[in-house]
Amino acid sequence: MMCHDARLLLHAYLDDELDAAQSLAITRHVQECAACAASYAEFAKLSKAMAQPALYRRAPDALRKAWTPTASAPTAAATKLRRPPVALAMAAGFVAALLLTAPAWFYVSQRQDAGTNTEISDVVSSHIRSMQPEHLMDVVSTDQHTVKPWFDGKLDFAPRVKDLVSEGFPLIGGRLDALEGHSVAALIYKRRLHIINLYQWPASSGSAAEEATQWHGYNVICWTADRVHYVAVSDVSESELHQFVLAFQDDASTSVAR
Amino acid sequence: MPVNIHDHPPDLPATASASFEGVVLPHLDAAYNLARWLARDDADAQDVVQEALLRAFRYYASFHGSDARTWLLAIVRNTFYSLRMKTLPDSAREAFDDDVHVPADDQPTPEARALLALDVDSLQRALEKLPHALRETIVLRELQECSYKEIASITGQKIGTVMSRLARARERLRLELTSHSTEARRHDVP
Repeated sequence: MMCHDARLLLHAYLDDELDAAQSLAITRHVQECAACAASYAEFAKLSKAMAQPALYRRAPDALRKAWTPTASAPTAAATKLRRPPVALAMAAGFVAALLLTAPAWFYVSQRQDAGTNTEISDVVSSHIRSMQPEHLMDVVSTDQHTVKPWFDGKLDFAPRVKDLVSEGFPLIGGRLDALEGHSVAALIYKRRLHIINLYQWPASSGSAAEEATQWHGYNVICWTADRVHYVAVSDVSESELHQFVLAFQDDASTSVAR
Repeated sequence: MPVNIHDHPPDLPATASASFEGVVLPHLDAAYNLARWLARDDADAQDVVQEALLRAFRYYASFHGSDARTWLLAIVRNTFYSLRMKTLPDSAREAFDDDVHVPADDQPTPEARALLALDVDSLQRALEKLPHALRETIVLRELQECSYKEIASITGQKIGTVMSRLARARERLRLELTSHSTEARRHDVP
C-alpha cells in the first residue's frame, strides 16, 4: 500500500469502518511506514481529544422545558426567541402538541402514585429503543437451546427461556439490556407482525401477582415468580399479552430449557 | 378534555404525539449539539432546533420507526441550511467543492507535532474555522459518534465522500492545532 492511499484509509481505520482485508493492509503499512504511523498516532490523539464532554453542547434547559409537556413555561421560552415568525410558529406548534398530548399526560400524571411508574416507563422506553434497526437482537435464533446458552456468562443469573411457537408466540431472539441499573435478559417474541419484549432479572421478593399497565399505548404486564421479576411489553392487545404471559408461565405446555 | 388514553382511535399507533415524546425528544441533546456546531451561536442554534422539532412533529406520521436520531439529525441539518439560506445574501453563501479542498500535502515537522494543542478552546476555535461541509461531518463522527453510513444518510452524501471529508476535516484540524507559528496559516480559507 502506498502512503497516498493510506492517508485516506487511515481515517476509516481509526473509525473502525474498514473491512478485514483493508484493516490488515493498513496495519501492515503503519508498521512499515514511520510517517503514517506518526500521523495515525496524532489523529488518534485528536479523535480522543474531541471526545471531551465540554465540546458536546447539551440543549439548554429552556429548550428542553419548552418541549417537555409537564412544563407550563413554554410561552416564556418562546418570547425569548429572536425571530418572531419562528417563535409564533413554535408557540402554535407547542399549543398543538400540548393539546394532542394532554390526554396522555393526564393519564400519566394520574398514575404517578402507582410507584412502579419509573420502572414501567423505563421498560417501555427500552422496548421502543429495541425496535430501532439493529437494536432488537444480540442473538438471533428461534431455538431456545441457542438463546439460553448465549446468555451464559453475560448475566449473573440464568434466564428462563422457552419457545412458545405452539401458542402463536415464536421466540425470535435474545438481547442483553439494562433497566434501572440491572443487567437484564430480554427475550424477543413475535405475534404476527408485533414484537413482544420479555425482560427478566432477579427479584428480592419471592413472588408477586401479575399487574397489567398501559403506557403510551403499550401494554405492560409485570409479575414475579421464583425470585425472578418478569416484565412483558408489547403493542399487542392486553388480552393477547395476557395470553402470552399465561403461556410463558405454564410449565406443562412447553418444555423449558434449563 | 378526554382523560383516558383508551379514547384514542386504535389505529393511531400509540397516538403520534405520545410516541413523539418518547421517540424523538430523547435526541434533543444530539439535535442541539449539531445545530450549535453548525450555527456557532446559542440563539441561532435554539431557533434551528425549535424549527426542526416543529418540522419533525409535523412529519412524524411519515416516520416509520427507523433510527429516530438519524432522522432527527437530518431534519436539524436541513433546517439549519434552509434558515441560513433565508438570512444570508447569495454572495455570502459558501459553496463547498469537494475537488477544491484537497488535503494539504505537507506533513508537520516532528517538532511541530509536539505542539499539537488539544485543549477545549483550541479545538473549538479550530472546529469553528472549518467550512460547514467538513464541520458537520467531523461533528457527526466525533461528537455524535455516528457511523459513516449514518453520516451519509444524514448529510445525503455518498460514504466515499463522507470518508474523504473526514480525512480533510482532520487534516485541517491538525494544521490549525499545530502551533500557529508554523505554516498553518497558508491553508486558511479566505
